[in-house]
Amino acid sequence: MTLQEIIKQLDLTLLTEQKDFSEVVPTCGYASDLLSCVMAGARHRAVWVTLQSHTNVVAVGALLELSAIIITEGATPDPDTISKANEEGVTLLLTEKPTFRVTGRLWELGLRDS
Amino acid sequence: MQDEIRKPGFERKGGSITDGTVSLISRVEELAYELEVKEVMTDNVKVVSPESSMAYVLELFRQARISGAPVVADGNLVGIVSLEDLIRALTRGNLEASVRDYMTTELLTVRATDPVVEALKLFDQTQVGRLPVLDEREKLAGIITKGDITHGLLAALQQDYQLEEIKRYRASHLFEDIISDRTSLILRYAIEPRNFTQGGAASSNIKRALLRLGADPQIARRCGIAIYEAEMNLIIHATNGGLVRAEIEPHVILMETIDDGPGIEDTELAMKAGYSTASEEIREMGFGAGLGLNNIQRCVDEMKLQSRLGSGTRLEMKIYLNDQKPSRDPQHPDEEKTSNDTPRDHQATGPHLAD
Repeated sequence: MTLQEIIKQLDLTLLTEQKDFSEVVPTCGYASDLLSCVMAGARHRAVWVTLQSHTNVVAVGALLELSAIIITEGATPDPDTISKANEEGVTLLLTEKPTFRVTGRLWELGLRDS
Repeated sequence: MQDEIRKPGFERKGGSITDGTVSLISRVEELAYELEVKEVMTDNVKVVSPESSMAYVLELFRQARISGAPVVADGNLVGIVSLEDLIRALTRGNLEASVRDYMTTELLTVRATDPVVEALKLFDQTQVGRLPVLDEREKLAGIITKGDITHGLLAALQQDYQLEEIKRYRASHLFEDIISDRTSLILRYAIEPRNFTQGGAASSNIKRALLRLGADPQIARRCGIAIYEAEMNLIIHATNGGLVRAEIEPHVILMETIDDGPGIEDTELAMKAGYSTASEEIREMGFGAGLGLNNIQRCVDEMKLQSRLGSGTRLEMKIYLNDQKPSRDPQHPDEEKTSNDTPRDHQATGPHLAD
């Protein structure tokens, strides 16, 4: 499952710059709104689902080298956060749907927790 | 600005500019201002004289595979002759006519020292396909097309990339090139209290430095996570912020954070997974899970937390390079070796239900 398929299937809005997402294959998924839990639990190249949208999600995404961060419930980050994400090479995706729905869909598509 | 540079070479579907698009073009946009026309133009230009025949122009265009040429008399640019002009001459069966009769004399030009963006603006505002370039003495210095600009920008982007490679190469040889009994590189970062926008800056800079120095990516990641948590602790808890310091040696990385208060009443309790003193406001941002120190412990080989209430806290973290230490992850010996990214033994520290 490539990130490109995930973006298409879940109809996610790309907030950061376009990359070749057909080359990005996430290893697994993780959902939490607590940053330290993510630091502990999300794997390298995972997709992280959260409704946090402040600038520190970018730091977490960069440090863990996540495949993408899916921000739920339309919690749009401010432009500074988006430009920081571009600087750090972190992909931010946005959806109106809640976290539960997004993780459910990701699971259906075959993404697992490890 | 976006509109001006977007259209010529960087057309995007849909038309509306999102924040993402803006940052995507920002480096290219910067380059359009940084690069000068002379850096991307073609300077070995085929020119014709006003007295040449249009038949000569036809032959020149065919042989040189070009679609336009400046017209020069006594070293001065007097016009430009293009494929369109040639077609006009051809339809009239008038190839024996001189260039003077068919050339365009209303000239748009750019200067060799202009930023590339000036040429982009002209291409955008007019229908011309090429612009003659003049030097400071008003003499023809070259010619510039949209294709030249695209090539020039791509080459400059490639150079950016190579510069990063070179930086990385140089840094990775730092420890080999400098001879001493003990060489170390010290990085220091001042952390401001409650400045969340700065959060993660020290850790990502340290991580990048380690990668440039040639550290194993997994080690760099572990350092990054440990420093991030320590850095956030300073931002969230330290009265006056504090200092992050990383001392890098060829075989060990010593990282520490120092602050002058408020201090931790019970360090043992602070180490307990799920224990946090963070305010409700900070928890809403996703901090205060009570796992920061546990994360640090999992990522480093040695950790020492010293604190006294009222006077401050000092946290020391050490990561050994080159397998100086036995396997750090005895709980998960089976974990695949290729992607054992973040050290993960959080099962061992109990579930984190803190919130």
